[in-house]
Amino acid sequence: MKKFLALALTLAMALTMLAGCGSSASSSTPAASSSTATSEAAKGSVYFLNFKPEQDEAYQAIAKEYSSLTGVDVKVVTAASGTYEQQLKSEIAKTDAPTIFQVNGPVGYAAWKDYCADLSGTDLYSHLLDKSIAITDGSGVYGIPFVIEGYGIIYNKKILAAYTAMDGAVVKSADEIVDFATLKAVVEDMQAKKDALSIKGVFAATSLATGEDWRWQTHLANVPVYYEFQKNNVDLGDTNATAEIKFEFGQQFKNLFDLYINNSTCAPTLLGSKSVDDSMAEFALGQCAMVQNGNWAYGQISGVDGNTVKPEDVAFLPMFIGAEGEKGQGICIGTENFFCINGKASAENQQASIDFLTWLYTDAAGMAHVTNDLGFIAPFDTFGDDVKPSDPLAQDVLAWSGKANTNNVPWNFTVFPSQTFKDNFGAALLEYAQGTKTWDDVNTVVVDGWKTEKANAAG
Amino acid sequence: MQKTLKKYFAFFALPTVIAFTIAFLAPFVMGLYLSFCKFTTITNAKWVGFENYIKAFTTDDGAFLSALWFTVKFTVVSVLTINILAFALALLLTRGLKGTNLFRTVFFMPNLIGGIVLGYIWQLIINGVLYYFETTITVKASYGFWGLVILMNWQLIGYMMIIYIAGIQNIPGDLMEAASIDGAKPTQILFKITIPMVMPSVTICTFLTLTNSFKLFDQNLALTGGGPGTSTRMLALDIYKTFYGRNGFEGVGQAKAVVFFIMVAAIAFIQLRATRSKEVEN
Repeated sequence: MKKFLALALTLAMALTMLAGCGSSASSSTPAASSSTATSEAAKGSVYFLNFKPEQDEAYQAIAKEYSSLTGVDVKVVTAASGTYEQQLKSEIAKTDAPTIFQVNGPVGYAAWKDYCADLSGTDLYSHLLDKSIAITDGSGVYGIPFVIEGYGIIYNKKILAAYTAMDGAVVKSADEIVDFATLKAVVEDMQAKKDALSIKGVFAATSLATGEDWRWQTHLANVPVYYEFQKNNVDLGDTNATAEIKFEFGQQFKNLFDLYINNSTCAPTLLGSKSVDDSMAEFALGQCAMVQNGNWAYGQISGVDGNTVKPEDVAFLPMFIGAEGEKGQGICIGTENFFCINGKASAENQQASIDFLTWLYTDAAGMAHVTNDLGFIAPFDTFGDDVKPSDPLAQDVLAWSGKANTNNVPWNFTVFPSQTFKDNFGAALLEYAQGTKTWDDVNTVVVDGWKTEKANAAG
Repeated sequence: MQKTLKKYFAFFALPTVIAFTIAFLAPFVMGLYLSFCKFTTITNAKWVGFENYIKAFTTDDGAFLSALWFTVKFTVVSVLTINILAFALALLLTRGLKGTNLFRTVFFMPNLIGGIVLGYIWQLIINGVLYYFETTITVKASYGFWGLVILMNWQLIGYMMIIYIAGIQNIPGDLMEAASIDGAKPTQILFKITIPMVMPSVTICTFLTLTNSFKLFDQNLALTGGGPGTSTRMLALDIYKTFYGRNGFEGVGQAKAVVFFIMVAAIAFIQLRATRSKEVEN
C-alpha cells in the first residue's frame, strides 16, 4: 500500500512538472510570435482592442486581409460586452499592450490621457468631416471618432399604418407626430386599441435589469440634459460648467418615461427582469409597435428567429419629451466611439497602427469593409455620398441628418460623470417604475449624484 | 531516507514555492502596495498614502459599511441553515434507506454548477414565480436576501452533506451500541454522541460555508446585481463596483479589498480556533 502511495505521489509530481513544462511551452508561443515581430521591427505590429462584440468577425477578416496585403501583423481582440474598461485596464499593463484602443468621450479620455498619443498631424484627422467632434486637449487631438450613430424611437411602419387607417385615429401619418402631445395622444390611443392592432403594447418592455438600463439612464437622459445645456449656453468643454446640473427638464424626462412604462407590453412592476434583448425580440416579433434604441440594434431585430419586421418597415421617430420649442427636433445623432493610439507603445507600432487606420478609412478596399462589413456611417470626407450602409436604420440616420429644418440632438451624455452615476440613476428609475420610490427621489439621485460623481472624478 | 529527504527538501519544495510566489505572494504584495496608490493600470501607480482607506469608508454614504452589514446578516443566516439542513440530510441518508446512493448523488449535483449559471437559473425561477404576483426579485431587498439564501442552500447543502456523512460513518458502531444498551434515547445519542463525534466535520463545514458566504460574488452578481439600488450588494460586489464604477477609484477598490482580506482571514481564524477546541479524539 505504501509503495503504491509513493508511486502515486511520484506520478502526481511528475505530472505537475510536465504540466509546468506544458504551460511554459504554450506561453512561449506569444514570445515566438513577438520574436517574428522583432524580425519585422521596421514594420511594427498592430494590436486593436475592439469595443463592439457584434463586429468582431468583420474585424478579424479585415485584419487578415491587411496582414496579407502589407505583411504587418494585425491582432484584433474583442472585449466581451460591458467589460471593455476591465479588459483595457489589464491588457494595457502588459508588455504586448494594445496599440489602438477606444474611449467613449471626454470622460473616458480623462481616465486614459496618459496613454493617448497626439493625432493632430495624422492623415486620418485631416479627413475628418467635423473636426469639432474629435477629442482635443489644448492644441493636441487625442481621440478620433470613427462612426456616427443615431438613436430615437424605432417604430414598425406596418403597425402604425394599420393604426392610422383605423376610424378615429389621432393622426393620419407618422409625419404628423411632431411634438410630445401628439406622440402621447397617438400612443395612448394605440394602447387602448392594442387588441385590434394585435399587439401586446405600444412600447417594448422598458428594460431595467442591472446592466440593461443604459437606454434610459444614458440615452433618454441625454435629451433633457441637452435642453438644459442649450438653455444655459453651457460649454461642454468647460469642466466647471458641467460640474453640476439642475435637471431642469426632469419633468419632461418623466413625461416620456411614464409614457414608455405605462403603455408597454408588461406591467411596470415586472421591468426589473427585462433585458434589452427581451425588448428587441418583442419588437422583432411584432408584439409591440415602438422601441427606443439606435441603428446598431438592427442586427438584433433581423437576427431574431421568427422575425416579422421587414427591413422597409423600420424607421426612427424623434424622442419628444415636451420641452419648449421641440418642434423640429430630430433624432439623437453623435458618437461615443473614438480611436486612440497608445502613446506608450513603440514608435514603429504607433506608426503601423496609424497606417492601418488610415488604410481602413481612406483606401477603397478598406472603406468597402467599413461600409459593408462593419456597417458604419463613417465621419470622414473620403466616403462619397454614394457609399451608404445597407441596413435600413443606418440609412434612416443619414436621412435624418440631412433633413432640412431639423435640429438633431447631439450626444451630450459623453459628459455624464461616471458609470456609478449611470448605475445609480438606472436603479432609481427601476424603483420609481416599481413604485418604491417617488419621482422626487429620482430627481435627487440625478442632481446629487451628478455633483458628487463629478467631484469624485475631479479629485 | 529521512536524511536524504532533509537534504533535498529545498530542491523538491522549489517548484511549489515558485508557483506560490508567482501566483499568490507577488500579486498579494503588489495589491497591498497598490491600495496606497492612485492608479489606472498597475504600471502608472502614484503613492497617495492612506487616502484610499479613508475614501473606502466615506464615499457613497458608507456603502461599504452597509454592504458589510448585509454580508454579515446573509452569512449568519446561510451558515446556520446550510449546516443544519446538511446535517439533517446526512443523518437521514446514513440510516440505510433505499436509494441512499441515488439521493446522495442528486443532492451533491448542484454543487457542480458554476455560480454565475446558478444565479441566472435561480433568477429565472424566482422571477417566474413572482411573475404571478406582478413583481420581480429586485422589488424589495428582502426578496433578494432570501433569494440568495435559498440559492446558497441549494448549492452548498449537498457538499456539506457529503462531509457530514463521512463524519457520521466514522463513528465507531460500538459506541452507539453501548449507548443504546445503556438505555440512551435517540435525542441523547444525537446530542451526546453523534454531534461531539462529528465535530471535525463541523469545523470544516462551518469554515467552508462561512468563507464561501462571506466572499460570495458570482451568485450575488447574477441573481440581483445588487438591486434594488445597492441594497443587496455584498462586499465582493461592492469592491468590484468601486474598482470599475468610476475613473480614479481603482485604488479605493483595492483598499477595500485589503480590508476585506483582513476580515475574511480574521473571521476564518477565530472560527477555526473556536470549533477546533470542541473536537474530541475518537
